[in-house]
Amino acid sequence: MLNRQGRPTTPQAHGVADPAAGMGDQAARLQGDANRSSGSTAGHHPTFTGNKALAQVEPLLFEIGRYDTTGVDFDEPEDFEPRLGGLERKEPIGLPGLSEPETMRHYVRLSQQNYGIDTGLFPLGSCTMKHNARLNERMARLPGFSDVHPLQPVSTVQGALELMDELGRYLITLTNMTAVALSPKAGAHGELCGMMAIKAAIEAKGEGATRNVVLVPDSAHGTNPATAALIGFKVKPVPAREDGWVHVEDVKERLGPDVAAIMLTNPNTCGLFEPQVAEIAKAIHDAGAYFYCDGANFNAIVGKAKPGDLGVDAMHINLHKTFSTPHGGGGPGSGPVVLSERLAPYAPVPFVRMKNGSFELVEHNDEAGGPAAPFGRMTAFHGQMGMYVRALSYMLSHGADGMKQASEDAVLNANYIRAGLSDLLSLPFGNKPCMHEVLFDDAWLKDTGVTTLDVAKAMIDEGYHPMTMYFPLVVHGAMLIEPTESESKSSLDLFIATLRDLAMAAKGGDKERFTGAPYHAPRRRLDETRAARSPVLKWTPPAPVAEAAE
Amino acid sequence: MRYLPLSDTDRGEMLARIGVNHVDELFADVPKNLLLKEPVDLPRRKGELEVERILSRMSAKNVSASSVPFFVGAGAYKHHVPATVDHLIQRSEFLTSYTPYQPEIAQGTLQYLFEFQTQVAALTGMDVANASMYDGSTGTGEAVLMAHRVTRRRKAVLSGGLHPHYADVVKTLSDMASDETVTLAPDVNGTEDILSQIDDTTSCVVVQSPDVFGNVRDLKPIADKAHRHGALLIAVFTEVVSLGLVASPGSQGADIVVGEGQSIGNALNFGGPYVGLFATQSKYIRQMPGRLCGETVDADGNRGFVLTLSTREQHIRRDKATSNICTNSGLCSLAFTIHMTLLGETGLTRLARINHAHAVKLADQLATVKGAEVLNKTFFNEFTVKLSKPAAEVVERLAEKGVLAGVPVSRLLPGAGLDNLLLVASTEVNTDDDRAALVAALNEVL
Repeated sequence: MLNRQGRPTTPQAHGVADPAAGMGDQAARLQGDANRSSGSTAGHHPTFTGNKALAQVEPLLFEIGRYDTTGVDFDEPEDFEPRLGGLERKEPIGLPGLSEPETMRHYVRLSQQNYGIDTGLFPLGSCTMKHNARLNERMARLPGFSDVHPLQPVSTVQGALELMDELGRYLITLTNMTAVALSPKAGAHGELCGMMAIKAAIEAKGEGATRNVVLVPDSAHGTNPATAALIGFKVKPVPAREDGWVHVEDVKERLGPDVAAIMLTNPNTCGLFEPQVAEIAKAIHDAGAYFYCDGANFNAIVGKAKPGDLGVDAMHINLHKTFSTPHGGGGPGSGPVVLSERLAPYAPVPFVRMKNGSFELVEHNDEAGGPAAPFGRMTAFHGQMGMYVRALSYMLSHGADGMKQASEDAVLNANYIRAGLSDLLSLPFGNKPCMHEVLFDDAWLKDTGVTTLDVAKAMIDEGYHPMTMYFPLVVHGAMLIEPTESESKSSLDLFIATLRDLAMAAKGGDKERFTGAPYHAPRRRLDETRAARSPVLKWTPPAPVAEAAE
Repeated sequence: MRYLPLSDTDRGEMLARIGVNHVDELFADVPKNLLLKEPVDLPRRKGELEVERILSRMSAKNVSASSVPFFVGAGAYKHHVPATVDHLIQRSEFLTSYTPYQPEIAQGTLQYLFEFQTQVAALTGMDVANASMYDGSTGTGEAVLMAHRVTRRRKAVLSGGLHPHYADVVKTLSDMASDETVTLAPDVNGTEDILSQIDDTTSCVVVQSPDVFGNVRDLKPIADKAHRHGALLIAVFTEVVSLGLVASPGSQGADIVVGEGQSIGNALNFGGPYVGLFATQSKYIRQMPGRLCGETVDADGNRGFVLTLSTREQHIRRDKATSNICTNSGLCSLAFTIHMTLLGETGLTRLARINHAHAVKLADQLATVKGAEVLNKTFFNEFTVKLSKPAAEVVERLAEKGVLAGVPVSRLLPGAGLDNLLLVASTEVNTDDDRAALVAALNEVL
């Protein structure tokens, strides 16, 4: 079989003659790893396997799996007459399997090539990589939440609806808004939900044809302009000022009867609270437009200020940031949207409400009743229940006092890093207090031959996940550091000391420590240009040349 | 507070180092009248024990699928997920990592994404798959937008067999974007005339198989007609296990295949998180939404993986991006990949045969119930039963008897005149006793 042909685990261009061809899975793996041991990270004592004690390298599933192996025991069903109308699959699929112990080992080894919050400090700005409490995982797996179907009778899921209702109440209380749409699947989906509500409100006023411009500051997340464009809005940028803030006069200049909304992130992506936010909101409202707030940075102000008090009409909340549901290597997230009184009627279906002492689900527009005019449906079923449970577990654990303390600690930690590095790194907007993340630019690297990317890779060697780099776009070579409230003082002290050492090394001419980094990670720097030029997006069976030779 | 490492002493020292007296000085940019003086009006902190007590009580008010004879489907299915899957996805390094933007320390995530993409491409019979969407329904919305980009047309034709929630998601998105949708009437028997709806202005035809009523649809004639008119066929599935037994959409001519992957590796979760699968042909990769993982080499020449072709994505292209998606279903795609690895081809095809066999057996048994008629000529693990009474009432009565019988069509399509129709699903979890309980309960109620 194909996967027994001993395909080299380096790409063909590098693989040349393959001594392990035809020797079976294990040999194939050893051969691949031996190639790796010739690299400069292998040290002076290459091993036969290419493994380095706990640092194990793992081939692809398709190089070790077998088509006749399964790790799940089922008996074949008795003979029966199929009812597929002659549309049975006739070709093999191409899915190798592994036994259970092999599966366990394969994915454990892969996991060991990953860096997580539990590994170390993860100061990824704008991403809020805070501690993921395992209580929340346990709660999400309670059978009444994880093992219930979205379409079973509502009489059999009253507890699940109660949880959604309670989560909604917490979010509305924390933000001082009128309604919440829970169903959006992640932050960008929440943005889409909020902008759809705005579009529906504008159309209800008969201004759909004329109000089609959305103001987006240059510092915004890429999802903001992408979302606005997705539903036909024209994006008009609001340029950045040298103080990092959006100024109300710059907004007013761009306001007119064609403006539908502004999408403003607050605290903004430069790590600063927008001091003119209330004036901006008033100007927007006076012009007949709506204020969409990107809530990605809500972690700075939970329990300290309420977006509803600031004049916000819609804001998504990333439960996977602020309320600690795990990022899981890229998802799942959850992006509930809180809405002001002006937008509340347009909230999409489904939503939960109380009727005659029990909870009901409104799943269709025409069931909403009253002033409600839902704009439609964002997703099948009711959204990310698994994330709702985790987020509510977080909120119950923290309480009003704990959430306020968490925000204060997040802001304190970011400012402590700022204070510890302000003499060596460069702050684009001056040395002033920041919110829960601190933004540096690359002016301090001038003439060193070292870039922001190089610094990030050198941090990897020091055992840290890098900060967010090259975002926001409004400063050169941005380094956005968000430590979160989960870091202890001693952890921050070591982090600051490490960055100070790196800064002094860069300024002292030790370029190689940076430009060649990382030296100690599971991989050296990867060739992204090559990946994009001729994309290889899946494993393909090796050409049958080896068979012919046998 | 158990999650916060700073002590008051730490906080004092840190404030001093920063050069302020009180933490509120760091919030100086928040207008004074808007800075809250008191904690918000919510309860104070709780210990783990108390939180567990509160949430366990809420959980206990729900009837879980494993506790009763369970036949509910319509886009989410109760399957057995091996213990290994849930253990592995809770490994810290998977659970608490971020999107793999720093590939040198994210090879674990990137390699499983590469494996996931390969598995999805194989299953759907397509060239390439992306690294996941939120779920099947939002993926279908994205597929329609992609078809509009590819064809430079803006009219989608939606089959009457498409899951009504999926159709609603597409219609909501299309209405907002001022695109056109043509939705066919609910097609209980899988006999609609969709071919006559396709013309030279059609961007795409969206057809689900097995459809929401359970019918297995022959996609080839639809693909042929669509292609003659320069339109794309978007093939949708909500039960991925069916692909173990039914001819792949790719082999039937689909241009984009999109569907729900929940059945493999993922629990019911009351509707989410799930995992959207999205695959297409190589020629369209630059129009695809979502993340893609690709193979490359590192500075030492060793194989490694990176996120690639990101010039399609919002963080680079902003308002010109192919989609606004950022966070996707990472951990759910890992669960999918691990479960699929455990199954392998042998296990998946056997699982599919068991599902089909169980559904056939149940259909034959329900045919003996007076007042119940199975409408499907073809089906995989779910079919439509016409009852002598409104299905919603019957389901409610059966729930009182401890049997969750299925989904009344009126729940998905109220007012469509299909109130007596019930969707019944049967998977590997159903036993002979479960089926007997359903038949007995129906005999009592009908």
